[in-house]
Amino acid sequence: MSTYRIQGATGEWEVVIGLEVHAQITSNAKLFSGASTTFGAEPNSQVSLVDAAMPGMLPVLNGECIRQAVRTGLAIDASINKWSRFDRKNYFYADLPQGYQISQLYHPLVGEGHIDISLDDKNPEADVKRIGVERIHVEQDAGKLMHDQHPTMSYVDLNRSGVALMEIVSKPDMRSPAEAGAYVRKLRSILRYVGSCDGNMEEGSMRADVNVSVRKVGDELGTRTETKNVNSVRFVMATIEYEANRQVDVLESGGTIAQETRLFDPDTGTTRSMRSKEDAHDYRYFPDPDLLPLVLDDAFVEAARASLPELPDAKRHRYENALGLSPYAAGVLTAEVETARWFETLLTSTAKAAGKGESDVAKQASNWLISEFFGALNRVGKSLDNSPISADAAAELLALITDGTISGSIAKQVLEKMLETGDRAGTIVTREGLKQTSDTDAIDAVIAKILTDNADKVEQYKGGKEALFGFFVGQTMKAMQGKANPGVVNELLKKALG
Amino acid sequence: MSDVTELGVAAIRDGVAKGEFTAVEVAQGFNANVAAAQIALNAFIVATPEAALGAAQKVDEARAAGQPLGKMAGVPIGMKDLFATKGVQTTAASHILEGFTPQYESSVSQKLWDAGAGMLGKLNLDQFAMGSSNETSYFGNVISPWKRKDGGNAAMAPGGSSGGSSAAVAARLCPAATGTDTGGSIRQPAAFTGISGIKPTYGRCSRWGIVAFASSLDQAGPMARDVRDCAIMLEVMSGFDPKDSTSLDLPVPAWEAALSGDMRGKKVGIPREYRVDGLDGDVAKSWDQGIAWLKDAGAEIVDISLPHTKYALPAYYIIAPAEASSNLARYDGVRYGLRDLPDGAGLQDMYAATRSAGFGAEVKRRILIGTYVLSAGYYDAYYTQAQKVRTLIARDFDEAFRLCDVILAPTTPTASFGLGEMVSDPLAMYLNDVFAVPASLAGLPAMSVPAGLNREGLPLGLQIIGKAFDEQGVLNAGLAIESRAGFTAKPERWW
Repeated sequence: MSTYRIQGATGEWEVVIGLEVHAQITSNAKLFSGASTTFGAEPNSQVSLVDAAMPGMLPVLNGECIRQAVRTGLAIDASINKWSRFDRKNYFYADLPQGYQISQLYHPLVGEGHIDISLDDKNPEADVKRIGVERIHVEQDAGKLMHDQHPTMSYVDLNRSGVALMEIVSKPDMRSPAEAGAYVRKLRSILRYVGSCDGNMEEGSMRADVNVSVRKVGDELGTRTETKNVNSVRFVMATIEYEANRQVDVLESGGTIAQETRLFDPDTGTTRSMRSKEDAHDYRYFPDPDLLPLVLDDAFVEAARASLPELPDAKRHRYENALGLSPYAAGVLTAEVETARWFETLLTSTAKAAGKGESDVAKQASNWLISEFFGALNRVGKSLDNSPISADAAAELLALITDGTISGSIAKQVLEKMLETGDRAGTIVTREGLKQTSDTDAIDAVIAKILTDNADKVEQYKGGKEALFGFFVGQTMKAMQGKANPGVVNELLKKALG
Repeated sequence: MSDVTELGVAAIRDGVAKGEFTAVEVAQGFNANVAAAQIALNAFIVATPEAALGAAQKVDEARAAGQPLGKMAGVPIGMKDLFATKGVQTTAASHILEGFTPQYESSVSQKLWDAGAGMLGKLNLDQFAMGSSNETSYFGNVISPWKRKDGGNAAMAPGGSSGGSSAAVAARLCPAATGTDTGGSIRQPAAFTGISGIKPTYGRCSRWGIVAFASSLDQAGPMARDVRDCAIMLEVMSGFDPKDSTSLDLPVPAWEAALSGDMRGKKVGIPREYRVDGLDGDVAKSWDQGIAWLKDAGAEIVDISLPHTKYALPAYYIIAPAEASSNLARYDGVRYGLRDLPDGAGLQDMYAATRSAGFGAEVKRRILIGTYVLSAGYYDAYYTQAQKVRTLIARDFDEAFRLCDVILAPTTPTASFGLGEMVSDPLAMYLNDVFAVPASLAGLPAMSVPAGLNREGLPLGLQIIGKAFDEQGVLNAGLAIESRAGFTAKPERWW
C-alpha cells in the first residue's frame, strides 16, 4: 500500500518499522498490589508495601488486569495462551524498587494477532493493510524520578510503580511513518473500544518504542535502532522520518548502523543515542518464583470474549451496510468510540422523535453530525467529550427538521442559539418564532408580489431560462425569512410560473 | 513450683490453662534466662521482655475472665529475625537492614500472637539466612550451648541459618522458636543442638513478611524441644494466606491430636545414595539405630534409591543464589535501611557503596554466584540445567514414595563443629547441608529429631522426609524415634 521511499544518493531505500506499544491497563488497582492507579495524585500517595518493595512483601496477581489483556488480545484476533508465566527482568534504577520488573519474556499471555489499517480516509475500505501483532505481555510499570525538586538530589515518586501495562509488540510490518501513525491510531481506537486502556498519550497511558531500520528494496533486513518512550502519534511519525533519513545518511557515507537504544527529542524532532548494544543491560530474566504460572480456563476466555463490544471495523461495516452510510462517514463516526456512542444515541433519539426507523434517519444524522456539529463545536472550542449539547438535545433539533417544523437553514440558526444559551431546540424555535410555514395563502401572496416585481425574469424563465427557478425560490424564502417550507414553495412556484 | 523454663510448649500451654502457674510467671522465667545468656550465647539480636510480658498478661486476663485461650496461650517464643515484626527492628542479621523497623507483621508471627504466644525477642541468624554455622551474622556469632567432651572449651557452632533459634531452645532461653529452612536451615541447627524442628511442605506457612532468601525454597517452621511441641506450633503457623501466591489453599490438619508413634503398617525407606563415602562413623551408627527403633515401632524397612542425590547440592547452589541475587536487589539504599552516599556520589556510586558496606562476605558471594548463573550465555548451562535437576530430584522422591511412606536419613553428615573451623572453606560448609537440600528442592516436609550423642558428647539428629502434605507421617515417625531414643541430654549450663 505504501510506496514510501527515502531517495538516497545511491538509490531508493525502504523503511522497516516495528512498534512496541506500552498501554496502561484500565483497572482500579495495580498489577500485583491493591494500591490505587489514579493519575495525578500527590507523589507517593498510592504506594503499597508491595510497590515500595519492603522486605518480605509478595506480589499477588490482579485478575482484572489479566481479563483486560485477554479481552484486548481477543479484540485483535490473537491467540490466548492459557498457560503463561511471569519473569523477572533484573536491573538497578531508583524508580524500580524491587530491583526487577515483573514481566513476561518467555511465555506471554497473548500470542499472534493482527490489526488492519487504512491510509485512505475517504474510503477506509480501500487500501487496507494487515499489520501483524507478535504478542501482548503483561508487566509492571516503574516509578518516576523528579530531577527538578532539589539542587543535587532526585526525588522518587512511586505512584506508578507496579501499575499494570500491556506491551503490544507488532511485527516489522510497517513501511512508512503514515502506516505507523495509522497503526497507533487504530490500536488506540481498539483499546478504547475494548476499555482496556484509556489511550491517553499525554498522561503516559500509552507510549511506543519505535524500531526502525532501512534497506535497499528487496534486500535483507538492516540493523535496527530502538527509540524509547515516544508519546504521541506525531512524534512516532517524526521519529521514523528522522531515524530513517539518518540511517540512510550513515549507510551512504560508508558507515554502519549501531544496534542501540535512542531517545527522541520533541523540541528538535531528532533522536540521539542513549546506550549502545555493548552497554545494554543484561536483564538476567528468570521465572518469578513468587508467582505460580498463570493458567486460564476456557470459561474465563469465553467470558472475556462475550464481554467484548462491537469493535470499530465491525461497526464501520454495519454503518455502511445496515445504515447506508458512505465508507467515509462510517469511518469518521467509528474511529473513536465516543463518536460512535454519541452518534448511536443521536440516531436512536432522532428516529424515536421522528417516529421513523434508524436507517431512515441515519444519513441525515450522520451528515448533520459531520458537516454541521463538528464544525460548530470546533468554533466554540469544544469536542464531543465535553459537548454543551447532548445527543438527546441534538436529536430534538434533527426531529424538528425531519417533521418539517424548521428548515435546514433555520436549523443552523437554532444550533447556534443552542450553543449560546444551552436551551432546547423546541424552546428556541417557539420563542424566536422560527417555525416554518406551509401556509399556502401566505406563500402565494409573497410569490405573487415577487413575480410582479421581477416581471423581466419571469419572461426570461418562460423563454427557456429555467435556471432562474432557483432565483425565485431564493427570493421567496428570503421574503418568508427562511420559515417557508421549501417543498411547498417549490410546488407553489411551479404552479404560479405555469 | 519447679523451673518453668524446663517446660516445653505443651506443658506450658496446659499448665497455664489449668492455673498451675501464670503466663506472666512463665514469661518472667524465660526473660530472665534470655538476659542471663545474652553475652555468652548471643542468641538474640534484640530482646523484647515487655512484649513477652504484655502477651502473657493478656493471656492471664483472658483466663481470669473465662475466655477461651488460644492454641499457644501463655507460651513465650523466640522469633527468628527474618520475620518482619511490627514496631520491632527486623534485620535479617544484616548491616543493610540495621535499624529497619517494619510497619507490618509477618503472617506467621501474627498467627502465633493471635494464638496467645508472646515474643521474647528477635533471634540471631546467618545473614539473610545464608550460612550453616551462624557465623555470617552482622551481629556476631551465636555460640552453641553445647561443648565437646574433650576437656577443651572450643565454642561450637549452633548450626545455621536458624542458629539463634537452635541455641536458644537448647539453652532453655525459650521453649520454642520460629525457624526458616531454605536448604536445611531448620533441620541442621536442630540436629546440632539436640532439639526437634520441622520444615513443612512448601506452601504450608505463608512467606508474607519473611525477608526472602530463595523464594521457591524458603519455608518457615517450628523448632522446639520435642515432636509434640513442633506439631502444636506448626498447626498455629500453617494456613492459607491470600497474600502469598505460593501458599497452599488447604485446611490445616489437627497434627497434635493425631500424633501416634505406632508405625505398624508403615514402610520406611532407606536411601542408599545417602550412605556417602566418609560418612561419620557415629552418624552411620545413629542412622542404624534409627532404623532399629522404627522397626521396633512396627515399621517395615525398605531400601530405596534417590539416584540424583549427588546433583542436589550443586543444583541448590545455583537456584538459591539465583533467586537471592534478585530478591536482594531491593536493598539499594533508596527507600529504607542503610544508605552510604559518599560526597558527590551519583546513583551507581550510592548503590555500590551501600551494598558493599551493607552485605557480608557470604551474602556477596551468593549474589555474585546468582548474578553469574543468570547472565546471558550462562543461563541455560546453569539455571535451566539446575531446574531440570530439580525436577529429576522431585521425580526420585515420587518414585521412592511408591515403595515407602517416609524416608529415614541422617540430618547432617557430621555433628556440630567448632566455630571458625569451616569458615575458610565455603564448599565444606555447603556440604553440611547435603542431606537436607534434596527435600528442600522437592518441597517436601522433613524433620530432624535428636537421636543421641556422638563420642564427643555432641547431639546427632535423624531426618524424616515425608510425602508432600504428609506432615503427620513425618511427625509420627519422629515421635516413634523420640520415644525410643529417650533423648534427655541437655547442655550443661556454663554461661
